[in-house]
Amino acid sequence: MNRMISYVKKDTWIHRLSGVTKLFFFLLWCITSALTYDTRILLVMIAVTIAVFVMSKTAWRQVAPVFRVVLFFMVLNVAAIFLLSPYQGCEIYHHRAVLAPLFPGHDLTAEELFYLFNVVIKYFAITPAIFAFLVTTDPSEFAASLNGIGIPYTAAYSVAIALRYIPDVQDDYHRIRNAQEARGIEMSSKAKLTDRIRRTSSIIFPLLFSAMDRIDVVSNAMELRGFGKKKRRTWYAHRKLAAADILVMAGTAAFCTFALVFTFHDGDRFYNPFV
Amino acid sequence: MKKFGIKEVVAIGIGTALFVALTEVQIPTGIPNTSLQPRMAVLAFLSAIFGPLVGAIVGLLGHALGDALFYGSVWWSWVFPEAVVGILIGAFAKKFAVREGGFAKKNIVLFNVVQVVANALAWILLAPALDIAVYAEPANKVFLQGAAAFLGNILIVGILGSLLLAAYSRIAGKSASLEKED
Repeated sequence: MNRMISYVKKDTWIHRLSGVTKLFFFLLWCITSALTYDTRILLVMIAVTIAVFVMSKTAWRQVAPVFRVVLFFMVLNVAAIFLLSPYQGCEIYHHRAVLAPLFPGHDLTAEELFYLFNVVIKYFAITPAIFAFLVTTDPSEFAASLNGIGIPYTAAYSVAIALRYIPDVQDDYHRIRNAQEARGIEMSSKAKLTDRIRRTSSIIFPLLFSAMDRIDVVSNAMELRGFGKKKRRTWYAHRKLAAADILVMAGTAAFCTFALVFTFHDGDRFYNPFV
Repeated sequence: MKKFGIKEVVAIGIGTALFVALTEVQIPTGIPNTSLQPRMAVLAFLSAIFGPLVGAIVGLLGHALGDALFYGSVWWSWVFPEAVVGILIGAFAKKFAVREGGFAKKNIVLFNVVQVVANALAWILLAPALDIAVYAEPANKVFLQGAAAFLGNILIVGILGSLLLAAYSRIAGKSASLEKED
């Protein structure tokens, strides 16, 4: 347990940025890394995200478990692509250079290797940015700044509640699971599928119903305090956008525009070193 | 459409928290890399009670946040289909009448028809299509993944989702139908 990444209070320039700035960076970064398959752009993006990650002074220990999960799924994904579609790279790059025949129908080609390399660096272009975003963004400040850029405060409040209650719900889950295990319900994966579903539902039932109760309690409390009556509300954690925020947003937008223009200027999203 | 009230604000918040927290709860099926996700049943449950908007946002926000927190990368081509499931199931929220205690035989059948259609649309059509368009992944691989996700999800939503809704409907309906004692 406790594999989850959470906000850590520190004083770096990345921590001081507004949550909205970081969200803006994060979303544009996701879009760009998803759209481009240009190896050069992706390598630059990796360099930038790693620099951001280092400057955020995030302890490696904090993200290492999740990083292992990333690696695990990456290896799985790459293996699946190669097994199911060993010539995807050749189709993309319109070229075929067999390096080694592995087994029938699965020749190892330079194009496939290069394609898989691009798939892998797509992961690394985004993961450090996600880590930095999650670790440096204060949830209350984030909700406040969402409202600050014009998102209705009811929606900002939903986000604030979600971030606020994730640890609570997790605690509930573990408490209920421990209680069920103490009663002798085994949670290991040896049982039949139907039994496994039944056992999991013996946790989900109380968890969900206590969450439904919690929705009632919290919404009643908010109603009693007059939530939603006025058009605006003020925030304790609100911070105005500073010059650094504007600068980062402008820089991100400029880089991402450049990256997309650079990627698509030849009418193709792939960088093709083969022809 | 119903007004977006305080209850919906809180339901989105706590529903998303629940969805995210349940990301780590997986029931292995024995087939590699394919497990049943109880969080899908929770999404279906919340959509069927609170409607399409809550379903869409819980799916969208919950999936993106859950991916980021537990898997360190956000697979956007699978985030949006999640919202589609929430919207489609949520569109029938009035019909299901869960909180009025009306979620019995006929509505359970309707719920399952809707959830199978929603999951088919999301995981067999939309997710693989987005995978190919956005991530340029090989078609046979993504359709295989999509089909596996479809089967797992209709199973867990069909069994666990129906049970949860039926049980909740019995509890919620009871308090609304007190009988006068003589």
